[in-house]
Parts: sequence; C-alpha cells; structure tokens
Amino acid sequence: MSHLPPPPDPERRAFLARLARAAGGLALAGSAGALLARSPGWGGATTARGVVRAFDFAQAGAGRRLGIGRGSDRAASLDRALGAIGGLGAFVGSGEVVVLKVNAGFSTAPELGATTHPDLVTALARRCLEAGAREVRVVDNPVSDPLACFQVSGIAAAAEGVGARVVLPSPEAFSLLTVAGGRLIRDWPVLTAPLEGATRLISVCPLKHHYLAGATMTLKNLYGLLGGSRGVFHQDVHGTVAELARLVRPTLTVLDATWAMVRNGPTGGSLSDLEERGAVAVGSDPVAVDAWGAGLLGLEPADLPYLVRAVVAGAGSTDWRTLAVESWGRG
Amino acid sequence: MNLLNARRVSQTFFLALFAWFCVVSSPGPSFLQLGVWPVTWLLCLDPLVALDTAVARGALEPGLLWALVTIALTLLLGRAFCGWVCPLGTLNHLLGWLGQRGMGQAARLAASVPHRGEGAAQVVLAVQVAAAAGSGLAAVGAWLRGHPLFGLGLLLPAVTLLWLWARRGERAQRGARLVAVLAVLALLGLACLRCAHGLLQSSLAVGWLDPLPLLHRSAHTVLLPLADRGVAVLWPFPRQHALAPWTALILAAVLLANLWRPRAFCRFACPLGALLGLLGRVAPWRVAKRQSACSDCGRCEAACPAAAQPSGVFRQSACVLCLNCTEVCPEGLLALAPRRSAAGEAAEPDLGRRATALGLAAGLAAVPVLRLGGTGNGHAAPNLIRPPGALSETDFLARCIACGQCMRACPTNVLQPAGLLGGLETAWTPALDMRIGTSGCQPSCTACGQVCPTGAIRPIALDEKLGRGEFAERGPVRIGTAFVDRGRCLPWTFARPCIVCQEVCPVSPKAILPERVVEILADGREVVLERPRVDPVACIGCGICERECPVAGEAAIRVDSAGESRDPAHTLVVGG
Repeated sequence: MSHLPPPPDPERRAFLARLARAAGGLALAGSAGALLARSPGWGGATTARGVVRAFDFAQAGAGRRLGIGRGSDRAASLDRALGAIGGLGAFVGSGEVVVLKVNAGFSTAPELGATTHPDLVTALARRCLEAGAREVRVVDNPVSDPLACFQVSGIAAAAEGVGARVVLPSPEAFSLLTVAGGRLIRDWPVLTAPLEGATRLISVCPLKHHYLAGATMTLKNLYGLLGGSRGVFHQDVHGTVAELARLVRPTLTVLDATWAMVRNGPTGGSLSDLEERGAVAVGSDPVAVDAWGAGLLGLEPADLPYLVRAVVAGAGSTDWRTLAVESWGRG
Repeated sequence: MNLLNARRVSQTFFLALFAWFCVVSSPGPSFLQLGVWPVTWLLCLDPLVALDTAVARGALEPGLLWALVTIALTLLLGRAFCGWVCPLGTLNHLLGWLGQRGMGQAARLAASVPHRGEGAAQVVLAVQVAAAAGSGLAAVGAWLRGHPLFGLGLLLPAVTLLWLWARRGERAQRGARLVAVLAVLALLGLACLRCAHGLLQSSLAVGWLDPLPLLHRSAHTVLLPLADRGVAVLWPFPRQHALAPWTALILAAVLLANLWRPRAFCRFACPLGALLGLLGRVAPWRVAKRQSACSDCGRCEAACPAAAQPSGVFRQSACVLCLNCTEVCPEGLLALAPRRSAAGEAAEPDLGRRATALGLAAGLAAVPVLRLGGTGNGHAAPNLIRPPGALSETDFLARCIACGQCMRACPTNVLQPAGLLGGLETAWTPALDMRIGTSGCQPSCTACGQVCPTGAIRPIALDEKLGRGEFAERGPVRIGTAFVDRGRCLPWTFARPCIVCQEVCPVSPKAILPERVVEILADGREVVLERPRVDPVACIGCGICERECPVAGEAAIRVDSAGESRDPAHTLVVGG
C-alpha cells in the first residue's frame, strides 16, 4: 500500500486553516481600510458649509396680481380678495402640497394681533383643500417657545380643525443654507424640511409696526424660516429681508390688515396698539402687497429699505396701485 | 540572536522611539524639534484609534492606514504588538519584572493565575467602541428612515442564511430558537435605530484608556513639562497643563499596578489588548507546547507576565508573545510554532456575552447622557475655545482621542486640557487658556493641526488660517472674539491710560481700535484717554490681548467662543 499518500497531519490542516483565516482577515481589514480612506464619511460634514439654494414657489405665467378684500370678517375679506385675482384655483391645483408660512412668533392671544389670526388660517387652509391640495402644512419658527406659540395663538387648533398639519420646527428640520450672492445669510440654519416636497408656499401674516424694520409684513414674515441665533441679523435687518426675498419666492402672500398693529410692534400686547383697517390683501407680488400695507401704516415704500432692496433683487415692484383690484362687501 | 533577545531589542527600540518622538515634539524647525519627525506614527499604529475613527466617521485619515500593519502582525502572530511594540506595554513589562525580582516561584505562580477580573478589559473595549459608533449607527438609522422597506429586505436574506446555518447538524432545534431570538433582536435593533438615530452621537474621548493616547497624553502634559521646569533642555520656558495631577495619578496607577500583577493594565484594563486578543485568535503561529505531559516544574508559568498558562490549557488571547516561557522550559517543550499546544487551548476569549453586551449598551448610552450636560449639541460653552482648524464641536468630539500631541506642539503653551469647560467629556481635549502660556495663539503658527492623528484639528495651511490667497473670500480662521470688560479696563473704569491690548494686537489693520476721549475727573483735572473697542470683523480671537492685559486676576479683555468660524451657528457678526 505504499502508493497511498500519508494521512494528512491534522495540525498541518489546522495551521493552514488559521493561515487562510488570517489572510482573509487581513484582506478584509485592508479593503475596509482602503475604502474608508477614500470614503467621504457619513453625516457631520468636516467643514459645515451651507448649500446654495433657492425655493421658487411662484406660479409660472400668473403674472403680478393683487386683490384687496374689504370688510371686518377676515374669511369673507379673504374670499373677496381671492375672487379679485381670479380665485385660489389659479394658484393651487389638485394634488398640491401647500405650505402656509404663518406668523406664530409669540405666545399671545389672537385678539392682540401679533400673530396670524386663526380665522384666516382656517379660511385659507380650507380654500387650499377645496382647490384640491393634497396637504396643507402650517409652518413657522417662532421667537418664543414653539408649542406655546402655536397653541396660544390659536393657530394649532385652527389648522387641525380644518385638516391642515402644523409642522413644528424640530432641530432636524433645519439645514445649512447660503443665499446665492448673499452677503448675510451664509451657512445658516433654515427651516427647510417643511418646504421639501411642497409645491406652493403662501406667506400669511398680520400687518404690524416693527420697531427696527419699520413694518413687518409678508416679506419680513419669511424671517421666521431662519433658525439659529437669528438675532444677529438685526445688525442688518433690511439686507436680511431682501436676501430672504431672494431665497424664497412665495406663490401668494396674504396680508391681514383687518386690524393693524400700528405701534409697539412687533409684539404689541394691548388692544390699544391695534387700529382697524378693514382689509385683507392677496397678491402674487409680495413687494406690491407689502407696499400696499406700508401705506396703511402711513409709510412710503422708500421708508422701508428692505422693500427697495427687494425690488433690486427682482422680487417684485412697489407699484401696487396699478395692480390692485378691490372688492367691497359687508361684514 | 534568539527570538527572546529580538523581542528585547524590539521593545527597547520602540520605547526609545517613543521617547525620541517626545523629545522632538517640541515646536521648532531644528532637526531636534517638531519639523521633520513623524511624531504621530506610533499613534497611527494603534488599530483602536483607526477602528474608533472609522466607526465614528465612516471614513479614515490616510495616516491611520498604518494600523493595518498592526492588524496584519496580530492576525499572524497574536498580541505580538503588546509584547514587542507597545511602549506602555514595555514599561509595564519592565516594572512587572522589577517588581518580581527576588520573589520566590510560589509568589510568581500566584500572580500568573488567570483572574476573572481580566474580562474588564473587554468591557472597556466594548464601552469605547460603542461610544465611538454612535454617529455611525445614527447614519444607519437615518438611512433606514429613508429606506424602510430596503432595511427589511436586507434583513430577510440575513435571517434565511442564519436559519440555514442553524439547521445544519443535530443542533437544529437549538439553532432554530437562536435564529428566532436573533431575528427578533435584529428587528428590534433596527426599529430602535430608526427611532433613536437623532439621539446617538460619537465620542472618542470616552476611550481615554486606549494605551497609546494615554501614554502620549501623560508624556506631553506631565513628564515633558516636568522636564521643562527641571532642566529646560527641550524647551527654555516652564510649561504647565491643566489636569496634570490627575493625569499623573492615572499614569502612576497604571504603572504601580504592575507591582500587584505584572502587566496588570495590559491584562485587566487595556482595550487595545482586548481587541488584539480577539483578532489574534486566528494567528497561525503561536506559542505551543510540543507534548502534553511535562514535569510540571512551573517555571514557564512563573515567567509569564500575561497569565497565558503556557504549560497548561493555553490562553492565546492573553499571550503577548514575550517568549519568556520558551527560554525557561528546562525540557525545551515550548516554542513559537505553526500549531496549537499539545496540552490544549482555552476557547478564549470567553466573550462574557452579558458583560460585553452591558459594555456596549453603556457605551452607546454614555454619549447621549454626557451630551445632556455638556457641549456638542449646538450649545457653545463660552470659554471652550478650540484651536484653529478644529472641527465644529460634534465632529470634533467624534475624532479627538485626547492624545495631547497638539498641546506639546503648541509653541506658546496656550493649548490646555479643557477640564470641565464642556462637561466631563472634554477633560483632556484641547482648548485655549489665554492667560496660560507665553503669548496666546500665534497667527503664524499651525502646528497643532499638523500633529493631530485623527483630523479633529484639520492640518490647515497658513493661507487658510490668515484668510489669504484662495481663502481671502472666506476670511481668517476665527477661534473666538475678544470682549472688553469695561468694569475692569483701566481707562474705562479708573481713567488711567493703558491701551496695551491695542498695541499687541497682531492683526493688520488692528482689530482693537482706540477711541480718544477727554474726561473731567472729580478733582477737576482733564485727562485724555484712549479706550479700546474691538472690531469684531477683524478680531480672530488669538487672545494675545488677553494674555498681555495688565489687569491682574481676570483680564479686562477676554476672548470667548462667540464668532468662532468652526461653527456657523456661533456667528457673531453678519455681513462683514
């Protein structure tokens, strides 16, 4: 039987098995190392830099329109103003996802006029849903505690009552952005998550005096999309609002001047800070809407440098008179 | 030369190399200084540093690829790194040997009996790796949130494979149960990841027992500063470092523990040893006994500093390949060989599943808990001023191993262990204390980033630091901003001339502007004063003003982290 090979040494086989495993381990570690050395890594950018972006929600071909609805009931005024510009259906179609950028800045009662009135939220959200919107998101990053602001202002209840959804500004909802050609908003956290997947954005807020900016209206309302310690932008509030106008082009803006806060803004805090103006404006040109609002506070567009700069930025025109279609009604 | 002597030569070489790298870690251009030597090399050999950064970042600094050499060595020969290379291992080896001199064989034998406390090293490893893996797991969770079905799809083939594997042989019943348990656990794990991904973060500072960073940190912030004070050979000025007494105590404990058991740290606490012990299980070559029976003289056991039981059931994952046993065996039965010991081998390391799972859970939980009380969640600790080039805080903590290299490389000694400035976690991580050291953060220096092995401090070029050339648009790297304390400033509060801060400001044009005022004092005298006002756009936070402010105690101009450019959220000035 000498032609048979000797039986294999079990230790030798075990050695070869270990050698193979060691080689396999090394190959694994080596390729993992090679991959990882080239990998960009997950999350947590090495140098956090903002993405240059813009959010254009403007309705193509709609042109500049401005409707003004008169009356003391916000919902009715809104409908008149919408009717004056051809109805909301011209701007919101079926299956759309609409963001209502409200002003929920402070946890004050709706009657005090510091926040978007819940009646207006209800009416606008309902009209959007009737126009076929698949989803209506109510969005703001308030100055004060977000939960308290949305609840005390009545906006949360109004939204939920009509089937819209309040999107709270959770930390993950912000991403770093840089405005193209911007000088101020660079690498800054912006509330973008609620805007992702949205097809329409409506900026809706009350007409208010603002100590620093002169007036806060539909363009200044976009300030509420900024995150972080955004107080630093008060160093150049007009430049910041103008950059926001470049960052976000709303589909429509709704300015509620049913009762305007004419002094002690933007917080107010007393009914005596409010005066009745009895009108709601809806427009596709935010600059024109704001220019109209400025007039109700006794201001000229030139008194508000951010309006002038927004015109330069191509966000619209302050000439509202040639656009305005008014609609009068009772109550 | 036999292998034992080769081991001694190797240990001496690497200890000497470590000592040499310490010597030449002092900043400067001479060949006796930082300029030319690869002083981070020993840290780069540490596979635990590589593993930690890899799981924390999903990426690896190219320098850390050196760890592959250690991994290869370990896969072939077991824990040879511990016995032949690791400078702390060598120190422990030496002290253990010294501590046992004159000791009888019975006492040595008692010290080399395996101890159940040795499992602690594996727990330390589990805690450290889990703490480092947080952001990696968070990335997986975030991905799962985006692709829920795909996550499940991955799970299905995995479970099928497991099931097939478990069905083989007669243990099918038990196997099937195991698969069911594993599948449920995996599902639960994925579900938890999906929900909790916002919670998990990485921290490498939790790995403060990693031997190479521990030794470097101790050398850089205790031993070398002692030498600077004593003989001033390496550096002409005395240097100081926060936490030095604590750092020294830990090093002393590590070293003195060798008197209780040789290589006590390596056996009971070292996470790197535990990792290499796991990898070294497959090593083809190992210490082996040629035949099972021997005279049981016990000499090999007494000579083994690792309690690896060379004469009995051999513990491959404990053996550091020092080869003492091969020399002392009177029958010549022990040798490094391509086979297993004839006396059998322990199926080690016994992972101690419960302890390891507990360690992993503790490590995962540790970071979110630490962050509840510290930095890394967007909250900027006002006095935590990180060196230029440091990443934003969360990223920084996911990379900094607290090795102290940057602190030694800093020419002014302004770079200090942060202590509790950012919570427990920041203890040995670098931060600037402007009042310590000779002259703040020198604008023309980028040394700290050049010696950082993990890229926690990026190796920035001078152009980037100063905002020149291609970085002109972005501006200089700002580590903080100086604020004048008008209640302490001499011209502001005592109507006495000073303006030292403006004089020493290295920025051009100056970031401190003197404002001339005339004041009428109580006695009617008129004084002309120059009061400092900081230009927050020009100020880079170098802290030289704070260093030189003549007001003793708390300076009247102080840098805090406002405006640091590493995190846009800390912006102080907009629009330039």
